[in-house]
Formats: sequence, structure tokens, C-alpha cells
Amino acid sequence: MIYQIPYIAVVALILIGLYAIIFRRNLIKMVIGITLIESGVNLFLITLAFRKESTAPIYHGTGSRLMSLPVPHALTLTSIVIGVAVTALMLTLVIHIYKHYKTLDARKIGMEGDEE
Amino acid sequence: MTGELDLLAELLKHSPALIVAIPLLGAFLTPLIGKINDKIRNGFAVFIVALTSFFAFLLANDILSNGSIRTYVFGGGSALTDGGFAVRILFEIDGMNAFMAIIASILALAGVIYSWSFMKENTGLDKYYTLILLMIAGMFGMILTGDMFNFFVFLEITSIAACALIAFRTNQGKAVDAGFKYIVISAIGALFILFAIAILYSQYNALNMAVLAREIQLTFLDKIALALLITGLAMKAGIVPMHMWLPDAYGRAPASVTLLLVGATQASLYGALRMTSTLYGKNIVGVIKHADFNLFSQVVFDITLNGVLGFIVILLAILTIFIGVLMALKETNFKRMIAFAAVAEIGYIILAIGSAFLAVSSIDSVTSSAVLSQPGYMALKGGIFHILNDALDIGLLFLVAGAIYYTTKETSLNKLGGLARNMKYTTIFFLIGLLAVAGMPPLNGFASKILIYESTYQVNPILSIIAILCSILLLAAFVKVFHSAFLGPKQEKFDNVKEAPKSMLVAMGILACIIIFIGLFPEYVLNNIVTPAADALVNFGNYIHAVDSNYVISLIGGF
Amino acid sequence: MSGMSRIVKTVTNITFPLVLIYGLYVIAHGHLTPGGGFQGGAVVASGLAMILVAYGSVWTMGKINEKHLSALESVGALGFIGLAFLGLIFGTWFFNNYLVGDEFLFGEIGKGLANINTAGVIPLMNFAVGLKVIAGLFAIVLVMAYATRLKEGK
Repeated sequence: MIYQIPYIAVVALILIGLYAIIFRRNLIKMVIGITLIESGVNLFLITLAFRKESTAPIYHGTGSRLMSLPVPHALTLTSIVIGVAVTALMLTLVIHIYKHYKTLDARKIGMEGDEE
Repeated sequence: MTGELDLLAELLKHSPALIVAIPLLGAFLTPLIGKINDKIRNGFAVFIVALTSFFAFLLANDILSNGSIRTYVFGGGSALTDGGFAVRILFEIDGMNAFMAIIASILALAGVIYSWSFMKENTGLDKYYTLILLMIAGMFGMILTGDMFNFFVFLEITSIAACALIAFRTNQGKAVDAGFKYIVISAIGALFILFAIAILYSQYNALNMAVLAREIQLTFLDKIALALLITGLAMKAGIVPMHMWLPDAYGRAPASVTLLLVGATQASLYGALRMTSTLYGKNIVGVIKHADFNLFSQVVFDITLNGVLGFIVILLAILTIFIGVLMALKETNFKRMIAFAAVAEIGYIILAIGSAFLAVSSIDSVTSSAVLSQPGYMALKGGIFHILNDALDIGLLFLVAGAIYYTTKETSLNKLGGLARNMKYTTIFFLIGLLAVAGMPPLNGFASKILIYESTYQVNPILSIIAILCSILLLAAFVKVFHSAFLGPKQEKFDNVKEAPKSMLVAMGILACIIIFIGLFPEYVLNNIVTPAADALVNFGNYIHAVDSNYVISLIGGF
Repeated sequence: MSGMSRIVKTVTNITFPLVLIYGLYVIAHGHLTPGGGFQGGAVVASGLAMILVAYGSVWTMGKINEKHLSALESVGALGFIGLAFLGLIFGTWFFNNYLVGDEFLFGEIGKGLANINTAGVIPLMNFAVGLKVIAGLFAIVLVMAYATRLKEGK
């Protein structure tokens, strides 16, 4: 049972993140929701790499032990980098939106008519 | 003479990597060159895109004429290690990849030439050209790759660059809002795709598309992975009900950016096609549920994967076509109306693909390909042909809308009028685009739409009737636009409106010439460009054989 | 944004070199221990953000020109792509590791456990990526601080 807890945490994180994006109106809370989903997927990737009683996949010359898979670690690292870039971009857009509309409510922005 | 041929062969061997690497190099050199002079930077960007297009056409010519599949392993070495593990990233190019590469290079070339004069009055153009080149590199990477995680990385590169370009006019609040909506939906879709990739990796210990295609069975986790993949890629492609970002993003971005966004949307659609036909190709007739019950007699039938997929896809396609056309009829903003027409055109593509899915009857294990009935094969060819035509037609319409915005600074259809006297060439281009979108002969829309009408008629006549009706409604909407914007009495405030600048006319001319060429010679394009692509999608065995040479297929291919 | 008190500034003066050295260590040993370009660059950028918070954005923007950061970032990225293209010219494939087994720069194989002189092109690419990440992340933080300062100033 103890080895199933990370998977339950992954599903919980993703569901909370989706709830925050769909049902919250503050833009910053939407950004936090995307960060939560991304943390959930990263946790899922790392949990898949684990084997029972394994150590980090680094050679240190004192005999061989069971090592966890190194490929998901690389995938998680790339995903974290992409997450940093997306979060920085979203926060910059939120700064611009606040400068323009003076509010962070998602239902009040972008409503100026396109027909004019 | 042999020296030249050797050089050409060397370039051809390395062209998959060069197609992605040259725009990256250009993107990083652009800020340094922009410090020197502005015109040199613009010329440098056009030169880089022209070089990339040259390599893309060279590669496509080789692939489409030979029918062979090329692989390129990054860092040298063989594709599979001794134990049969695929640990290196590789690009794999078959007919479908070459077809999409042709589309992407045409759109990229037109976009960069157009933005020479369209963006002249904006500041911060260093960053604009850097982002355009990054987006082009990301699009080509998405199209050419043969590795799942590499596809995800290039998908994110394209989304981030596209979002920054949509919100490029930061003085307009609505453009920034459109960019924000785009990046939220893009990020969620991409994270779903990453989740699916993680599930597939945990089951089969491979990230390579060919190795996964060899190994996948339809277990419960694989079905979840397929559902997540299709949902994520459908979010990026703008299929109803995830199309909310499309009118805003297409309508409020600069026109050259919209052209490249059309390319990015088509690339995501290509990704969905590749995942379902090649990755799950072996299981496309796999049974999901075996049902038997007693009605009046014993009724036994199988619910297969292609049946479920075809049914859902056709349902979504009908919804997409309806919503696209109905919303386009009531719009008064020029670019938003064309954006809704773009949504409807994606619906046509998916209608054809869904019909092709329904028509798969079995898997030929001798040649490792799917066996389609003849109408299904025609539907597949019509859908793929329509990807090319849709990109060209909608792209031309967006460029015309951008030209009108550039000269008159107006976006609302209520305030435009009588522009045909001042802008003759633009009017002609809009007329060509209008007839092409509505499917009139002798332009290219007719060729692909008649394939779609004929093949969906065999599946269910009602689908064909709906498709023809909505096409007529689209024609009506565009004729209304043409009348209100171009014809009609002259207005005083448009007295000194001049014709669009030369580089914009050149870009629109390129697209229009290709549209007329495809319209006049559809047989040539269909036999030489579209049929290899459709064959490549159906024969997934060739895809696997290019990486794993021990995978046995017989030499008799096709139908 | 104005700076913080004198105590915070003094502690920042002492800890920033330590953070810098640690970050450069993580970048340089990327092929042996966990770490590499992005991780070490993020550590150094955190140290620079610490300076930004302690001394205030006005002082920091007076000392660092944003155009230099942009140029530094381009140099880092060009180094990375240039090394990949050199793999095409010297090796025979794009991204090829042509310095391994060469005894030239980072080419030794084996010869001890914590030998930095191994793995060919990879440490050079780590330096290029680390430079780009330092410049890029610091530019993001700096521009955001500057944007909020402008909003307060209005």
C-alpha cells in the first residue's frame, strides 16, 4: 500500500489543479493551477523510475547495486525547465493585463468589443 | 560533376537535422545582427527561412519520388543498441512528414516575406524575428521527429513562441488576453500529452515511435494513454469543444503570426494522425468490448477501436463544422470571421479522417498495413489533400485581412466599404481565396472537397448533405464580406488609401499562384504528393522497418 | 522597490560568493554528479535574485545594463548551437561527441573515478547552457521587478 501513495498524490494534484483552472476567476490562481498540474505530472514521472531498494543512478565504484532508471529523471528535468518558461511567460502576461485593465478578474477582461 | 553530386547527397543525408538547426541558429544570431542595421536583420531572417525551405523541398522531393523512409540518428551510431533498446533520439521522415514539411515551408516563407513591411511600424522587432524563427524551428521539429518526448518538447517550444507572438502588440489589452487564453489551454494540452508519454514509457520502456508501434497492445493503461493523447492534441488543434481560444488568438494576432499559427495547428493535427494510425496501427481493429445479448435472437458484435474512434471523430467534426459556419455568419469583425471559417475547415478534415477510420476492416499481417475499403481510402486522401488546401486558402484570406488592416486601420466590417477601387490586387487575391474556400472549380478547394463529399456519402448520406450545405453557407458568408468590404460606394475617409506594400503583395502572390496551380493540375498533386502521404499513414509496417530492420514485412505493399 | 536594512545587505555580501561558487561547481561537474547547465544556472540566478531583493531594483538596474544580459544570453545559445554544428564538421553527424577519446580537451576515458577531464563535448555544452540560463533567468526577474516598480511610481 505504501508504494501506491505517490500515485494517489499525483491524481490528487492534477484534480486540484484542474479545479483551480476551471472554477476560479483570479488569473494568479489559474497560474497556480497550471503549476500544480505540472508538479503532479513531474511527480508521476519520477515515481515511475523507482525500483524497490535502489539508489541513485551514479557510479561510485564501490560495487554495483540496484539503480533506479535514469531516463525519467532526464525527462522530468526537461519538463521542469519548460514549466519555468511557461510560468514566467504567464506571469508577464498577467502583469500586462493588470497594467491595462486594473483588475485580475478573468470575466472582466477581454470584453471590449471586437466589433467596435 | 561527381563533386557536386556528392555535396548534394551529403546535404540530403543531413537535411533533417539542418532543417531544424538552421532556424535555431538564425534565431540566436538575430539579436546580434539587429544591433547593426534593421534592413540587414530583415534580409537575414528571409535568407534563413529561404535556406530552410530549400532543404525542406530537397528532402521532400527525394522522399516523395522514391517512396523510401529516411532516418537520422542524432549523434551518430545506429538506431537500436545491441540489446534492441532505442536510446538515441532520431528523426524519421516518410511520405506524411514530407507532405507536412512542404506545407510548413510554404507558410513560413510567405509569413516572413509578408512581415517585412507589415510589422514596419512596430518596435521591438528584434524579438519579433527571433520568435518567428524559433516558432518555425519548433514547427519543423514537431513535423519531422520520430521520438515521442522530442515531439512534446518541440510542441512546447512552438506554443511558447506562438503565445509571445500573439500578445506582441502589448498596447492592446485584448491581444494580451488572447495570448493568456492560448497559453493556458496549450499548457494543459501539453501536460496531458506528457502524462500519456509517461504511461507509455512505463509500460514498454521506449520513447521511440517505431519501437512503441511494434510493442503496443491494447491494455487498459494504453487506452487511457490514447484518450489523453487525442484530447491533448485536439485541444491544440481547435476542435470543438476546445475551440474557445481559436477566434481570439487568430483574430487579435498580427496577420503574419496568424499564418504561422495555422501551420502550428495543422502540425498538431498531423501529430494526432501519426499517434492513431502509426503508433496504435497494429491495434486499430482491436476489440474493446465484445457484446452479445438476446434481443429477438442472439446478437453478437464487437466494438472495435476504429469504430469508437470513427464515431467520436465524426460526431465532433459535424459539431465543429456547424459551430464554425454558424458563428462565422453572424460575425462583423473581419479576422474573427475568417477564424471561424478556419474552425469549420478543420471540421471538414476531421470528417474525412473519421470516415477513413470507420472504413478500416482489418489488418493485413503480411504487409503490416491497414486494409481500407476503396471509399475509405478516398476519404483519407481527401482529408490529407484538404490539409494542404485549407492551409493555403485560409492563409491567403488572413493575409488579405492583414493588408486591409495595414492600410485602413479598420477591423470592423460595418465601417469598410468600396475598397476595390484603391486596392486592385488585394481584391483579386481575396476573390481567389473566397472561391477556393467555398470549393469552386477550377481552384484547389474543389478538388479536395469533392473527394470528401463522395467518400462521406458512402458512409452516411446525411454527412455529405450537411457538408455541402455548410460549404454553401460559408460561400454566402464570404460573399457578404466581399460585397461589404470591397464593393459598394466609395467612402471619403478611404480616399487616400493606397495599395498594399510590395512585400505583402509578393507573399499573397506566392500563395495565390500555388492555389491556382493546384486547382489546374489536381491529378498531378494527388498522385505525386498526397497518395504517398496516405500510403505512408496506412503502411505502419514500413515505419517500424526503417528503425528495426528485423521486423518482418513482405515486399508486396499497398492494396 | 527599495533595498532592505543594513543587516540584510551585510549577510548578502557574505553569502553571495558562496552561492556563486556552489552554482559554478554544479555547472562544471555536470557530467559526473547530478547537475549540469540548467541546475547550476538556476542556483546562480537565485543568488543574483538575492542581491536584487537585498539591494533594491533601482540600485541593481543602475549597475547592470539589460542589453548586456541579452547579448550574454545570445552568446551562450550560440555556443551551444555552434558546438552542435562543429559535431557535424569534425565528427560526421550533427551533435556528435567528437572530443571523446581524443586526449585533447575533455577527452580522457576512465583513469580514475572523479576525473573531470572526460565526456568530450558535454562539459563545454554545460558551460554554454549555464551561461544562457544565468543571463535568462536573471533578466526575467529583473524585468519583472522593474515593471512593478514602474507601476508603483505612477
